[in-house]
Amino acid sequence: MARRARTTARRSPSAPLSPAPRVHDTTSTRRTAITPPDTRPHDTEAAGSTTTPADARQEHAVDHAAQAPTDVTLDSSRSAGPSYDAGAAVVAAAGEAVLEATRGERARSFDVADFPVPTGREEVWRFTPLDRLGGLLEDAPADPDARDVVVQAPDGVHVGTLAAGEGVRGTALVPEDRAAVLADAASPSATHVRIPREVELDGPVHVSVVGRPGSRGAGHLVVEAERHSRAVVVVEHTGGGVHADGVEVVVGDGAELTVVSLQLWDDEAVHVSQQEASVGRDASYRHIAITLGGSVVRLSSTSRYAGPGGSAEMLGVYFADSGQHLEHRSFVDHAEARCRSDVRYKGALQGETARTVWIGDVLIRAAAQGTETYELNRNLLLTEGARADSVPNLEIETGDIEGAGHASATGRFDDEQLFYLRSRGIPEEVARRLVVRGFFADVVQRIGVPAVTDRVMAAIEAELDLAVGPVAGAAAAADAVAAEPVLAGRA
Amino acid sequence: MATLQIRDLHVSVETDGEPTEILRGVDLTIDSGQTHAIMGPNGSGKSTLAYSIAGHPKYTITGGTVTLDGQDVLAMSVDERARAGLFLAMQYPVEVPGVTVSNFLRTAKTALDGEAPALRHWVKDVRTAMADLRMDPAFAERNVNEGFSGGEKKRHEILQMELLKPKFAILDETDSGLDVDALKIVSDGVNRVREGGEVGVLLITHYTRILRYVRPDVVHVFVAGRVAETGGPELADELEENGYDRFVSAVAAS
Ligand SMILES: Nc1ncnc2c1ncn2[C@@H]1O[C@H](COP(=O)(O)OP(=O)(O)OP(=O)(O)O)[C@@H](O)[C@H]1O
Ligand SMILES: [Mg+2]
Repeated sequence: MARRARTTARRSPSAPLSPAPRVHDTTSTRRTAITPPDTRPHDTEAAGSTTTPADARQEHAVDHAAQAPTDVTLDSSRSAGPSYDAGAAVVAAAGEAVLEATRGERARSFDVADFPVPTGREEVWRFTPLDRLGGLLEDAPADPDARDVVVQAPDGVHVGTLAAGEGVRGTALVPEDRAAVLADAASPSATHVRIPREVELDGPVHVSVVGRPGSRGAGHLVVEAERHSRAVVVVEHTGGGVHADGVEVVVGDGAELTVVSLQLWDDEAVHVSQQEASVGRDASYRHIAITLGGSVVRLSSTSRYAGPGGSAEMLGVYFADSGQHLEHRSFVDHAEARCRSDVRYKGALQGETARTVWIGDVLIRAAAQGTETYELNRNLLLTEGARADSVPNLEIETGDIEGAGHASATGRFDDEQLFYLRSRGIPEEVARRLVVRGFFADVVQRIGVPAVTDRVMAAIEAELDLAVGPVAGAAAAADAVAAEPVLAGRA
Repeated sequence: MATLQIRDLHVSVETDGEPTEILRGVDLTIDSGQTHAIMGPNGSGKSTLAYSIAGHPKYTITGGTVTLDGQDVLAMSVDERARAGLFLAMQYPVEVPGVTVSNFLRTAKTALDGEAPALRHWVKDVRTAMADLRMDPAFAERNVNEGFSGGEKKRHEILQMELLKPKFAILDETDSGLDVDALKIVSDGVNRVREGGEVGVLLITHYTRILRYVRPDVVHVFVAGRVAETGGPELADELEENGYDRFVSAVAAS
């Protein structure tokens, strides 16, 4: 069994955020070489975690957790059980925890029996508050009227349904956890959106999912972009209830597809979703997760490649308030040559019990020569007491890669930035907004779908209203002016 | 005419939980239209004075007053001070990711004036000021100070001074880290603002180099947290010749 080198990075939550350099792992060792786990403590600078060639074993994992203002050295890897650690895998055999030697070996199955009810110690569940899932992991029937799904599509788009195993259903998304397998089983008829080959859409396809408060729902959406088509599909989740669902994406050869998943749930909603794509030869896939509403939201976004030359960009923006647990798990499985992936998630947290988790797995298999990959997660702690976990995890099984890097940092609001802006006459509330908007700007600008960008910026504004109160008078005028270039920059 | 008056200013910072006094009774008065140089050895408290006037939260005022035309500056918040007409060009300007220079400048101008500047004039003003400082127009769309070289940061500070038109500008070692060409460009910028005859400039520097381009009316020698001696431009010449030794040993002896 391959051993996984691991470093544990700790940083003071009071250190200011600053841009991380792009780091490339230039490893040439293969998995077959056994290297002892790297247990040297990494004292990360403001840049967060960086990998130097000296650190680059065949795998590299860095954990970050920060909680303001206390608990300076909190280490998420210790929170609910050991994670990827070959030593711990022995313990797993003894029944203590269920672990996997490599991300690529995680069970994928349509059989519910393959996913027992978790204890919370499992790698895939250790960050999730199982007691707050509202029975979502129980094998109970879903309410038939739990969700209203409405598809609005431009002419030329085929909208229909797919039974299990029909058409492309089940070819891209295979359940990887209990929530996903239950959702699939409870969704005999999936919504099917197909963009026929060579069709280029001018406007987005809009899929609205409205959950009924108090209900228990399941769903499955299949988005199929046939070869050389071009489309944007926006899936918008609102309302309440407890929902497990899947979004299955098949991107045909040379197609360009953007899937935006908006989680704008009511405060009590629970949502666990597996969203998984198969990216065709020379195709471009973009997945954008925007999570703002809901009590517990856990979204797993996976990209796999069905041929060489594909590209996957996976973006995330989240904003957690008190009482919210927002968890994002991204996974890029590089098994084909000359594919690219770029993963960027940014989150802000405010309020005592706000909690976010980001797990970023990237696996570069032996066959994936010429891979180029980068992943980044940054979290901004706006108030004390909030906690963000950030776990980038990069496994490399081939020496022949173009580049592989990651960066992760969690920090508090930078008072020096605030002072600088205020020393130019900008009132404090306006300055705070500028800094927070600035924090999100690069990821928001990459979204590239104006309607979505506007909504995200508006939602961030609304969140900030909660934090610092609405801006009044002259300050509001300044603010309106200030907002404009950020939005204008998206095009 | 406006007057900035500093009286018996005492300032301390926390180090390891203990307050350390850095400024020990600073007295200084400057009128608009004047340029005062403040020269002193490393660690004498020059930046502390600048930050204290600007209201940086790290510095605690333990005594004395700072007034602008009789108004109590120390009672104002950081942004109120700026709106009252104070400007600090920082020794180490701060990077603000995701906020473009043009957005920043416009937001600041709007905050200072209480209304957004007329777009046409403003765009032209920014463009002209950037050209004068030999800044590539592309800087307008870059994030504030992010990835700027030391010299570019200093130009950006002077750009702000030109556009925001303060009553009093404190320039904290704006000359440091500049080569001769850049020093001249930056000095020209300062002189353009001075030509208006309205602004008062407190020019903090370690070296006399910049004083050849920006002639001061008054020179203060700053040692151990206070003004040790005040004179005309000839005092700078003496410092150029002999350094700070005479002043440092005088303070040590007292
Ligand atoms: N925030 C701070 N915390 C602790 N000590 C400080 C702080 N700021 C300044 N000091 C100390 O106060 C003294 C004066 O510092 P200051 O930066 O004001 O000097 P300066 O005259 O500007 O020096 P330089 O020429 O190097 O810029 C120094 O001993 C410095 O270490
Ligand atoms: Mg200094």
